[in-house]
Amino acid sequence: MSGLWGFLRRLLSSPIAAIGTLVLVTFVVMALFAPQLAPFEPTAPNLRARLAPPSWAGGPAQHVLGTDHLGRDILSRLIYGSRIALLVGIAGVTLQAFLGITLGTLAGYFGGKLDVGISRLIDTLIAIPNTILYLTVLGVFGPSLVGLVLVIGFIGWTTFARVVRAETMSVRSREFVEAARALGQYTPIILVRHVLPAIMAPIIVVATLNVATVIILEASLSFLGFGVQPPTVTWGRMLADGRNYVATAWWLATFPGVFITFLCLSLIFLGDRLRDVLDPRLRGR
Amino acid sequence: MIPVVLGITLIVFVLVRISGDPVVLMLPEDAEQWQVEALREALGLDRPIPVQYAMYLRDLVRGDFGTSLRYTNQDALPIVLERLPATLHLTLAALLVAVIISFPLGIVAAVYRNRWPDVTATSFAVLGQAMPNFWLGIMLILLFSVTLGWLPVSGRGGLNSLVLPAVTLGTALAALLTRLMRSSLLEVLNQDYVRTATAKGLQRRLVLLKHAVRNALLAYVTVLGLQVASLMAGAVVTEQVFAWPGIGLLAIQAINSRDMPVIQGVVVVAALIVMSANLIVDVLYALIDPRISYS
Repeated sequence: MSGLWGFLRRLLSSPIAAIGTLVLVTFVVMALFAPQLAPFEPTAPNLRARLAPPSWAGGPAQHVLGTDHLGRDILSRLIYGSRIALLVGIAGVTLQAFLGITLGTLAGYFGGKLDVGISRLIDTLIAIPNTILYLTVLGVFGPSLVGLVLVIGFIGWTTFARVVRAETMSVRSREFVEAARALGQYTPIILVRHVLPAIMAPIIVVATLNVATVIILEASLSFLGFGVQPPTVTWGRMLADGRNYVATAWWLATFPGVFITFLCLSLIFLGDRLRDVLDPRLRGR
Repeated sequence: MIPVVLGITLIVFVLVRISGDPVVLMLPEDAEQWQVEALREALGLDRPIPVQYAMYLRDLVRGDFGTSLRYTNQDALPIVLERLPATLHLTLAALLVAVIISFPLGIVAAVYRNRWPDVTATSFAVLGQAMPNFWLGIMLILLFSVTLGWLPVSGRGGLNSLVLPAVTLGTALAALLTRLMRSSLLEVLNQDYVRTATAKGLQRRLVLLKHAVRNALLAYVTVLGLQVASLMAGAVVTEQVFAWPGIGLLAIQAINSRDMPVIQGVVVVAALIVMSANLIVDVLYALIDPRISYS
């Protein structure tokens, strides 16, 4: 327990990381308690309050960040939108991590033809511009929340696999792995009990930074109409609506982008600090 | 490169097959069963899957991606190639924007480490990575097109129509490259040969440009090449924001109308561009670093 506290103290000793953590926790609380925090129903239209500016820019007092083209409260929609952003970010990265760690460890530990095969698969997936591939697959299977998470997981695992493969190659000939092998332990046990804990640091860093990447990806796909479909609220869809009213109602497109940027900034700050704390070799990169 | 090309064609082949029976899409809804069978036989769809894949590869090598379902009676490949110059202009301009911003900013950040120029450059780099590029595009439209009226909102016209899309697409890459240039240069500045060059009395500027920056360039160029795929991916969204008539916009239209021949054309052409960019980077290595040779 003291180890965990010590780690947290070191992690949060940097002001930037502390701010990042605070912002991230705020978003998580917002997502968890959206029904209690949102002042209005996010999908309820109010045509008499269409395109009302924020309260502090001359709009009605009850709509702090204004309303959209159907009179829906922007703040409430942003609060609800954080649910999809975090859900897709965390679930997508978990699936990416599972696939990437499994394939990366196998390639790095066994080498040979298995490594060549997995490496070719990685090369193939990164040669296709990812948005085009995501859109094509979502176009074939149809957009949905589960489909989106599966597509993000099954296509985007390459970053994990590349990092894990390289790290596994560097630890597979270390003494503690050799010793476990000499003791006759089963290979799956060696991989899970000895190799994986030794390469956990870069995996945690990549996972944190990848959540930010996936949140931006989800917003992009929703912006293009291939994300989670209405009436579910997504920040990307809000931006797509805002794009159509950019000349008359600046607040529609401005605030969803600010929310995405803040959430991603918090993850990047945290990821960078985790890298400094967990993997000092990479400090300053 | 050949296994990767085969891998890409296999992915596209599987997606095309999963997307539905092409015969059903090609024939009218009230077609007789014998007509369906006849067309299936004529297209070779009654043959085993490996044979179908071989036939598919043969067609691709001939440049035959099939006939577009949206643009009636037009071959898919010419439709894609017609839109390609717009995307290439956009990505090259974005690449230029990224280099113009990141190269000096990364150097300044490394030279003035932990001082205000470094803090400014690093802040830009972090912000550039955290912002969705399409949101930046909308904000740029709001400022430069709607409020100031300096640049067009959308479409592809003269050079001024390229400015906002290129800045939108290039900023995230500029952020990444600034960070990379800073860290590579910091590493190089600590090397013995840089200390030797300084000790023998060379001007600071010469040490920096001739000894340090040149060595830091290798990592910079590597990532620049690898990021061409990200630029092509980002171009899809940027083209949508600015109604830029490139292959990204074409891909979205084709996916919306399930026009698989055009979609596979876009995927294969985009992947070939990415692989060509990586090949160019390999050649550039030898120019930047004479220690590398491919003989």
